[in-house]
Amino acid sequence: MTTELRPALPATAVRAWRSPWLLFALRRLGRFAISLWVLVTASFLMIHLVPGDPVRAALGMNAPASVVRARRELLGLDDPLPVQYWHYLQGLVHGDLGVSVSSNESVASVIGQRLPATAQLAVLAFLLVLLIAVPLGVTMAVATRGGRRRGGELGFAVSAVVLAAIPEFLLAVALVYLFAVNLHWFPVAGQQGPLSFVLPVVALAVGPAAVLARIVRVEMLAVLGQDFVRTARAKRLRPRRIYLRHALPNAVTATLTLAGLMLTSMVAGTILVENVFAWPGLGAKIVSSILAKDYPMVQGIVLVYGVGVLLVNLVVDVLLGVLDPRSTIREA
Amino acid sequence: MRRLRALLRTPLGVCAVVLLLLVLALAVAAPLVWGAQATAVDTDAIQQGPSGAHLLGTDALGRDLFARTLVATRLSIGLALLAMLIGVTVGTLLGTAPAVLPRRAGRVIVAVVNIAVAFPGLLLALFFAVVFGVGTTGAVLAIGFATAPGFARVAQTLSASVAGRDYVAAARIAGVGRLRVLVRHVLPNIAEPLVVNATIGAGAALLSFAGLSFLGIGVQAPSYDWGRLLGDGLNRIYTNPAAALGPGVAVVVAGLAFNLCGETIAAALGHRTPLRRLLSRTSAPAAPVPAGADDTDPVLRVEGLSVRFPTAVGWAEPVRGVTFTLGAGEAVGVVGESGSGKSLTALAAARLIERPGVVAADRLEFAGRPLLSAPERELRTLLGTSLAMVFQDPTTSFNPTRRIGRQLAEVAQEHQGLGRRGALARAVERLAQVRVPAPAKRAHQYPHEFSGGMRQRAMIGMGLMGTPRLIIADEPTTALDVTVQRQVLRLLDQVRRDTAAAVLLISHDIAVVTQTCDRVLVMYAGRIVEDLPAAELTERARHPYTRALLAVVPDLAADRDRPLGVIAGRPPEPTALPAGCAFAQRCRYATDECRSADPQLTPVGDDHRLACWHPVTDSGADTTDARISVEGSR
Ligand code: SF4
Repeated sequence: MTTELRPALPATAVRAWRSPWLLFALRRLGRFAISLWVLVTASFLMIHLVPGDPVRAALGMNAPASVVRARRELLGLDDPLPVQYWHYLQGLVHGDLGVSVSSNESVASVIGQRLPATAQLAVLAFLLVLLIAVPLGVTMAVATRGGRRRGGELGFAVSAVVLAAIPEFLLAVALVYLFAVNLHWFPVAGQQGPLSFVLPVVALAVGPAAVLARIVRVEMLAVLGQDFVRTARAKRLRPRRIYLRHALPNAVTATLTLAGLMLTSMVAGTILVENVFAWPGLGAKIVSSILAKDYPMVQGIVLVYGVGVLLVNLVVDVLLGVLDPRSTIREA
Repeated sequence: MRRLRALLRTPLGVCAVVLLLLVLALAVAAPLVWGAQATAVDTDAIQQGPSGAHLLGTDALGRDLFARTLVATRLSIGLALLAMLIGVTVGTLLGTAPAVLPRRAGRVIVAVVNIAVAFPGLLLALFFAVVFGVGTTGAVLAIGFATAPGFARVAQTLSASVAGRDYVAAARIAGVGRLRVLVRHVLPNIAEPLVVNATIGAGAALLSFAGLSFLGIGVQAPSYDWGRLLGDGLNRIYTNPAAALGPGVAVVVAGLAFNLCGETIAAALGHRTPLRRLLSRTSAPAAPVPAGADDTDPVLRVEGLSVRFPTAVGWAEPVRGVTFTLGAGEAVGVVGESGSGKSLTALAAARLIERPGVVAADRLEFAGRPLLSAPERELRTLLGTSLAMVFQDPTTSFNPTRRIGRQLAEVAQEHQGLGRRGALARAVERLAQVRVPAPAKRAHQYPHEFSGGMRQRAMIGMGLMGTPRLIIADEPTTALDVTVQRQVLRLLDQVRRDTAAAVLLISHDIAVVTQTCDRVLVMYAGRIVEDLPAAELTERARHPYTRALLAVVPDLAADRDRPLGVIAGRPPEPTALPAGCAFAQRCRYATDECRSADPQLTPVGDDHRLACWHPVTDSGADTTDARISVEGSR
């Protein structure tokens, strides 16, 4: 949509220029806040949606009734729901996520210990995805334009589909078998030194990289067919400049939304991969906590993952706004 | 039926269907055939590796893992389909509910769906797995609910698009209730894409289920699905890797079968554009061009220019042997209906036709340099500084993500070695020259902040960054409204006078061309059919097509706001040209000679070339020639 600025009115023009950005920022922050509230409420309700008594479930059938009662009291589960909700929110504000039912540890401190390992994994994997997908997608787009190299295009598409269909935990298993068990190049499990990162990061990155490379190629081809690329060619710019400076930014804006989705699903993917590699992160912990019915711990970790996802979305939104000036104005 | 045929059209589709049928057959048959074997405990063969008797080895109770993997097909597929069914049902309900519910409730649902969609499926699945409890039932519900928001979003988008259609609006106006509209009109129309999405989703659900079972949250012993087998196998990856890899392969193959089926149906039903646009690929190999500028030095010399494109039925040749020259400072207009090849001629002359288009010419020279034989690299600076292009739609012809100033400055940076700052200064100067107000500020704005006319001026300014000897303007005013059209044309004229650049103006509007140009080339079906001075057009035009063009413009001075007249009939397809004159079908003067022999463009006097066997002789008399069938308006 076009915002028509009347010429020769510098003062109003400046104001009109600034306000869409402010509006944009407020809008995105508002969306973030609402999502956060929904997330917090959902994680609070989770423990109450569990059928039966969560404490009884966690402590087992044989636990004496007095112990169960004491623990319920400690967790404040006997208070009216609104009061509990209020206490929960208060705790969150102070960084208090409650206490593990099974081990009595503070949930926040367990998360504090384990979060870095998970975050490192996710960030490294995402960087690897970008490093593979963007150059590969652009190269394939340029190489297969105008129906050239049909075979290459088909091979690329098929291998991308197949790679994308292999879930990360299966790939992880295959990688462990090949490179750890057979070739002894990398450790089988655990986090010891830089080498131990290789297999989990690769396992996480391959599928998303395949998907993203396809998307980059399609977007890039679409952009290369547009009028302004012809204009750039009419200016006789070097092909490299046309592809990287003119086409790529336009393809990236369209790709970024998907890349953001991908990053969030990679955050979830770490849960599976961590379990394959016995990675000392949140993913291993959440699964063991679910199996042990340690609900406060599950609640806390779900909240952390959720906030991570929301933050990724926020960053992507802001990046989109910066990269594609139209989107900001359009929405404002 | 249509869907099935669409699916079977490609080899990939056939593969996908065969694979899917195999998987489904296995799901039905495997427990019957291998069921006993899969549960048979054999204490003599505990934890064996692969062998002839046990292809994937045995587990801790000596049960055959190959049989167990095959038998697990039923449970794995069944659970995935069940979860998908829940997901689609809940999702469709959530997605279409806003159309039925009161506005406020609808908005809440939309908002919640939008938030839920942002979270990855596995995270949602874990959340619901906690709520519904660990185990098979819990996992089915968890995956079902986790996929629901995605389907809700799809259903929402689809039903919104259907709701906009006429018959739905009509039903609503006729007083049909919302629920009825939803059930009778909306749901049937979104069913097909939903099913396609569900097919793809089933593959994803299969993988998610394997994931949950692998984590120990899904199927619990003694039941087993692929994920469960995989998790057990991983513990023994040192001793028997096949135990993990077997079920792993099964998961991938089955997932792929669903995915591919869905994708191929989607691709076959959606729009596929085989040739994205007619014009999209690099310039072409061409006939060698005799070098050396012998006589006077025209800016542009075109001889026997042709442009060809491959089509499904062979080569199409939308430009067939065009010959003309353009002197320094001369303004030549090219007119013709759309599809006459005028724009392609311009693009070919500018070396902007891309593969798969092929350009050939006996001679194509710009400023004395052959364009077709020289590699692009050598011509870059010459063309970049001396040949300016102005395209039809200024909205799409600027890069939306770059500031206007930078887009202009680029030319000077690339070809004239100016630095960033110097180039930008020149850009501002040029914007001022094309009368963009407040050019310094405007240079820092993005194209969408410019109005259409202003953008077109900036485009002309971009051509002025170098020292243009030729400006090719391809329908430069078609996308603009009338008052702006005049301004842009006046600006072009001004620029021509200031810079002494030649102008090649492409237009379907003969009035525009006669006002601005010295000479007019009339094109029809890829040929020039008449070439004469613009000033004498009305008096001396002799080609029946030119006369028809003039006839449908009632008065050259009239307002061009009204739709142009249309000449009866349509030009021939470039793939099916007649043997003789291409205009013969529509020409009232056509004879047998016309239909058998193709008239060539030949000089018929000073400054006048013509391709017609029977030129109209009563020149200038009646532009509303009764013998040419003419429709006044559309
Ligand atoms: S050659 Fe014949 S058919 Fe063609 S324009 Fe002339 S008179 Fe008409």
